[in-house]
Amino acid sequence: MSILVNQDTRLLVQGITGRDGLFHTERMIEYGTKVVAGVTPGKGGQTVLGVPVFNTVAEAVANTGANTSVIYVPAKFAKAALLEAASAPLKLVVCITEGIPTLDALDAFERLRSARIRLIGPNCPGLISPGACKVGILPAQIHKPGTVGVISRSGTLTYEIVAALTASGLGQSTCVGIGGDPVIGSRFVDLLPLFEADPGTDSVVLVGEIGGQDEVDAACYIQRHMTKRVVAFMAGLTAPPGRRMGHAGALIGGAQETAAAKTAELNRAGIPVAQITSDIPKLLLNLPATH
Amino acid sequence: MKIHEYQAHALFTEFGIPTPGGRVASDVATAMQATQALGLPVVLKAQVHSGGRGKAGGVKLITTFAEVQPAAKNILGLTISGLPVRKLFVCPAVKFVSESYLSLLIDRGRATLTFVGCADGGVEIEETAKKSPGKILRLAVRVSEANHVSRETCRPFAQQMFRDKNQAESAIEIMLAMARLFVARDCSLVEINPLVVDSHGKVLALDGKVQFDDNALFRHEENERLRDMEAEDREELEAKAAGLSFVRLDGDIGCMVNGAGLAMATMDIIKHFGGNPANFLDVGGSSNPDKIVTAFRMILRDQRVKIIFINIFGGITRCDDVARGILTAREQLTINVPIIIRLVGTNEAKARELLGESDMKVALTLEEGAQLAAKWVQTL
Repeated sequence: MSILVNQDTRLLVQGITGRDGLFHTERMIEYGTKVVAGVTPGKGGQTVLGVPVFNTVAEAVANTGANTSVIYVPAKFAKAALLEAASAPLKLVVCITEGIPTLDALDAFERLRSARIRLIGPNCPGLISPGACKVGILPAQIHKPGTVGVISRSGTLTYEIVAALTASGLGQSTCVGIGGDPVIGSRFVDLLPLFEADPGTDSVVLVGEIGGQDEVDAACYIQRHMTKRVVAFMAGLTAPPGRRMGHAGALIGGAQETAAAKTAELNRAGIPVAQITSDIPKLLLNLPATH
Repeated sequence: MKIHEYQAHALFTEFGIPTPGGRVASDVATAMQATQALGLPVVLKAQVHSGGRGKAGGVKLITTFAEVQPAAKNILGLTISGLPVRKLFVCPAVKFVSESYLSLLIDRGRATLTFVGCADGGVEIEETAKKSPGKILRLAVRVSEANHVSRETCRPFAQQMFRDKNQAESAIEIMLAMARLFVARDCSLVEINPLVVDSHGKVLALDGKVQFDDNALFRHEENERLRDMEAEDREELEAKAAGLSFVRLDGDIGCMVNGAGLAMATMDIIKHFGGNPANFLDVGGSSNPDKIVTAFRMILRDQRVKIIFINIFGGITRCDDVARGILTAREQLTINVPIIIRLVGTNEAKARELLGESDMKVALTLEEGAQLAAKWVQTL
């Protein structure tokens, strides 16, 4: 079992003929994801990697029954792509694109929200339900099916942690990269309820970082509503305030936004926070930390 | 992207937000001319991209012409939070009867554009928000409607900030102007603190802060033109131009990592084992050899760096690309510090083959590499 994506996911790739879109579509098909359509304006009628290409999202959905879209288009055109997705009968949109102007993102979110379409990202690696479906750019080989849910604001840090889980024999139900931008479509608190409700998930790893209040809100939610075990990791203990650490959203604005403050909040809610990434599997297995 | 207060004031004027006016000066003579033109009393304000100017002596009330020269000279010689003061903003000293706080910002949690107001201004808004959250007013605005927010939408908010009807109406006009400015220039923050009522009952923006969205600079040459190159961190700009993210810290272990989250975690874990990272460095997703060479050059510029830890988790990044970059860098640069390298993931075996029998120390895990770096550096 899993959340958000599975064998029933019928994926549409916006920007399928671009360099990144093409490369990752091939990887997704290899993994077994049902990629049913591609969209690139002006290239309708072509077939790429055996996938029919349409000019618009509406046409693609009408012809193929796609229910999920993944967006690989450049930042300048991402708003148009998101708005197009918002006007189609999709249930999930995953936006990989990094560097989208915040006002574009906000405007598109408002439209997606009123259309009741869930958005993951932007500026994210996507998500994977190991053994069933991969949507995005995550390296498939490090994952294995299992019962740990992973939610993270990061990309490679998530891979690091997932690889550590897999090496310890802990497979994953679904791993979701929610994105490193200040404003994202789905926050920790939006996805934790899905893991709580998923019979295939028995514990959750939450990977946070400096900037914003999402981890604090998550701590509050977990304490009040979650019965499943949650362990966390917070990146950026050594990050100086006021400096942007790579991710647009990774900037300590106030005292509440530091990794230390967030760790304290999580601990207060009874959630153990690993000091080093390799301790995460140990916390899940109730083994003592090495360091 | 940050801009100076005097630039924010110019934007306020352009968009119809009343300010007391003022002039910018980068030397004592110009500051004197500005004072003469504006008339006494004036306030001299240091223009730096940092808070706490008042506490650092960067703001001075001037009541006689004799004070201008020494005060201007003093402020122009200050360094505030490590930033040298190169410009002064000379503005009329306004007598005010009340001060409040008003901003338009992006509420990350609610994913909306939001007005934040507080009838008690002139203070740290974060402090007020923490101590008396009930005093903070909020009004969410849809981005699609920000250019034509109605007065009716703003009125209840403005009336809570100002009991006086005329003042509340002025505040509404200011809110509408802030929304227009925010959208027209792709801001990430428009803040007025304090927003004051002067002795004639007029509502004025006394001090303002405007920040632009870095992601939207591609469509705003006019924003880019306001960038003060002297106030920017040159290394960060250099890194950005090369497609890297770099922040200099004060430790001695240079770090080169792919991905921002992993780069932060690598620094944290080095620290956990007692070491001190010299920098944050994210080489990004596609690691072409040139990027790696630039990354080495930037790390090694700091004489304090005694050792380099390269931590790559190849997903999209291919380890063999990174290995090629490392080899190129070692050909092109003189690297006199030991290198610890951890490369795992996509094309890991190819990378090992490329690096062959090098003198670089190979670590298998992040933990092992960080621990080794922290130990080794003590012997150097």
